Amino acid sequence: MADILMPSLGADMESGRLAEWLIKPGDSVAHGDVIAVVETQKGAIEIEAFDSGRVASLEIAEGEEVPVGTVIARLGAPGEATAAAPASAPSAPPPAAPAPAPSAPAPTPVAAPSPAPAGPRRRVSPAARRLAETLGVDLAGVEGRGPQGAVVSSDVRRAAETTRAAAPAATQQPARRRGLDLEEMRKAIAAAMARSKREIPHYYLATRVDLQAASDWLARRNAERPPEARLLISVLFLKATALALRDHGAFNGTYEEGAFRPGSGVHVGSAVAIRGGGLIAPAIHEVDHLDLDALMAKLRDLVERVRRGGLRSSELTDPTITVSSLGERGVESLFGVIYPPQVALLGFGRVSDQVVALDGAPAVRPTVELSLAADHRVTDGHRGGLFLRRIADLLQEPEQL
Amino acid sequence: MSQPVETTYRECVKQAIREAMIRDQRVFLMGEDVGHYGGCYAVSKGLLAEFGEERIRDTPLSENAFTGIGIGAALGGLRPIVEIMTVNFSFLALDQIINNAATLLHMSGGAFNVPLVIRMATGAGRQLAAQHSHSMEGWYAHIPGLKVLTPATLEDARGMLWTALEDPDPVLIFEHVMLYNRSGTLAADAGPVDIAKAAVRREGSDVSLLTYGGALYKTLEAADKLAEEGIAAEVVDLRVLRPLDTATIVASVARTRRAVVIDEGWRSGGVSAEIAARIMEQAFWELDAPVERVCGLEVPIPYAAHLEQAALPQVEGIVAAARRSLGR
Repeated sequence: MADILMPSLGADMESGRLAEWLIKPGDSVAHGDVIAVVETQKGAIEIEAFDSGRVASLEIAEGEEVPVGTVIARLGAPGEATAAAPASAPSAPPPAAPAPAPSAPAPTPVAAPSPAPAGPRRRVSPAARRLAETLGVDLAGVEGRGPQGAVVSSDVRRAAETTRAAAPAATQQPARRRGLDLEEMRKAIAAAMARSKREIPHYYLATRVDLQAASDWLARRNAERPPEARLLISVLFLKATALALRDHGAFNGTYEEGAFRPGSGVHVGSAVAIRGGGLIAPAIHEVDHLDLDALMAKLRDLVERVRRGGLRSSELTDPTITVSSLGERGVESLFGVIYPPQVALLGFGRVSDQVVALDGAPAVRPTVELSLAADHRVTDGHRGGLFLRRIADLLQEPEQL
Repeated sequence: MSQPVETTYRECVKQAIREAMIRDQRVFLMGEDVGHYGGCYAVSKGLLAEFGEERIRDTPLSENAFTGIGIGAALGGLRPIVEIMTVNFSFLALDQIINNAATLLHMSGGAFNVPLVIRMATGAGRQLAAQHSHSMEGWYAHIPGLKVLTPATLEDARGMLWTALEDPDPVLIFEHVMLYNRSGTLAADAGPVDIAKAAVRREGSDVSLLTYGGALYKTLEAADKLAEEGIAAEVVDLRVLRPLDTATIVASVARTRRAVVIDEGWRSGGVSAEIAARIMEQAFWELDAPVERVCGLEVPIPYAAHLEQAALPQVEGIVAAARRSLGR
């Protein structure tokens, strides 16, 4: 037997309201399956199972609010589950790609690093596409309510109205979308940031990074791609950060009960602003192992789910560091407030052309200001400087990312 | 507008024929059992006594022959109304209809119009089995040189015939067998109507239900059901299958962004396929959902009542298709 508890989805979460069960007694669940939707201050979050087994009972009803740690469901032994579905157990290994035979000639198709498809194509109706273009609505943030979840024109219209309503008068009725209450979210941000400034002795470092190589490489790479397959430079930032963290693990983890705990992987929280004044930084898992296309797809997907709801519990609990990029808002640099219990936050400013000294002469180069806010209990400025330098160096060889 | 009178579709067709006979001495009716028997659907009952054998002419069972006679009479200056008992029998006259009536204007370099009207019964629902029940109007809608009308309302049953007789070229009128007994009120002085435009029979903003002929009433019923669910369906009665009034279809779809085509005829290569294709060609950017179709099943229409009904579009199927197009 295993108990499923109301999870804590942030340092400040005390209770959660169970919005929807996605399982029922008798269902088999596996590790990672989404089993319920919980409404929190950060909006409606999809809760994943940590154990596998068959659902024995649901302990609370939809609509109930319970403290963090309360048993919300019980799982039967996994043995029962496998007995119920014997077919799935033995068949697992065969489909896995056989290890390439040593005798095989060089290009083994199996091993070829096929670029991960950029996520499933979103269904957007022709009318919605045209309307979005007319109204200047970013389709990534629009929830689809048409056939098979397609975005249809009324969804675009609604999104345009929400944006209009939210923009001029913040005092108006806060925009509420699928359990997302911006006022509540603001409270959560306030609690977390106040705790951070109260408890974490921040130190700050910044450096300017030359992006000529990265910009050129990106331009070449995107030139031959359709708009939806193009990479944003923020993906390079994320990947460079993740790779640098391999050598600088002291910035990747959490500080709890007087000790630093390294992260189980490089799970980079990506700060995403929510229209109307919310902010959330859910994790992209194992960023250091993702190729750029896959990372781009994940980032797109994440932004979309932030805006329409549908974040997963692991995305909120797992970040081991946060990356914030205010680039397009036009500021040169930002100095972040660390999200506890994390120990570091990286800030990327706007990419802008600057006059720099190059080989003893002035030159105009695209650059970005990279900053680090870090927890002095865990690291010192010297290590922080090396960490930033490593990221800057990685960005000089974008093709290696 | 004068006092509305209670009447039936059958009576409307009959009065349309009577009016034409009275107004124009060149008009005559010809077909199997139209005289002494009064028409197999009793449309021409009493007309023989009123107009005599010269103008209400019973023919042998010889569709190709009497349709050809109609063409000859039209070429000779008369205004014949040829009645073919059911569309299935008109296949015997395909040569006359397609090779002669539809082509002579073209073949004669514009010298000879063929002002012929052919009326036929179409459709299923009376347990007349697979040789008397099909909806083949879509086939005729394929042929350049023909006009194809599908009156569904009393007004159209009453008003389309005269306009068709006035047309210099061959016009085919398809009367759905389930409509003859339909009753309702009609202005006593109801007269000719256009044979060019589709008509919006019910306005709505959420989905366009495009249909014609016998399926119109099922579609209107489906629209009522949808209204109970808060879905405002627009019902477009095509009225004319050739030439199709694409402008009205496109305008409706542009308003509702969703289309369901309801056609008792078969799906493959039929009227519904043509409409879906035109929506793709001319309204693609207006669409919020794929075009849905509710058609007759692709079987010969069965005799057994429950199987016959199962083979035809029904209200529930139309409602379900509309819901799908709305993602509900």
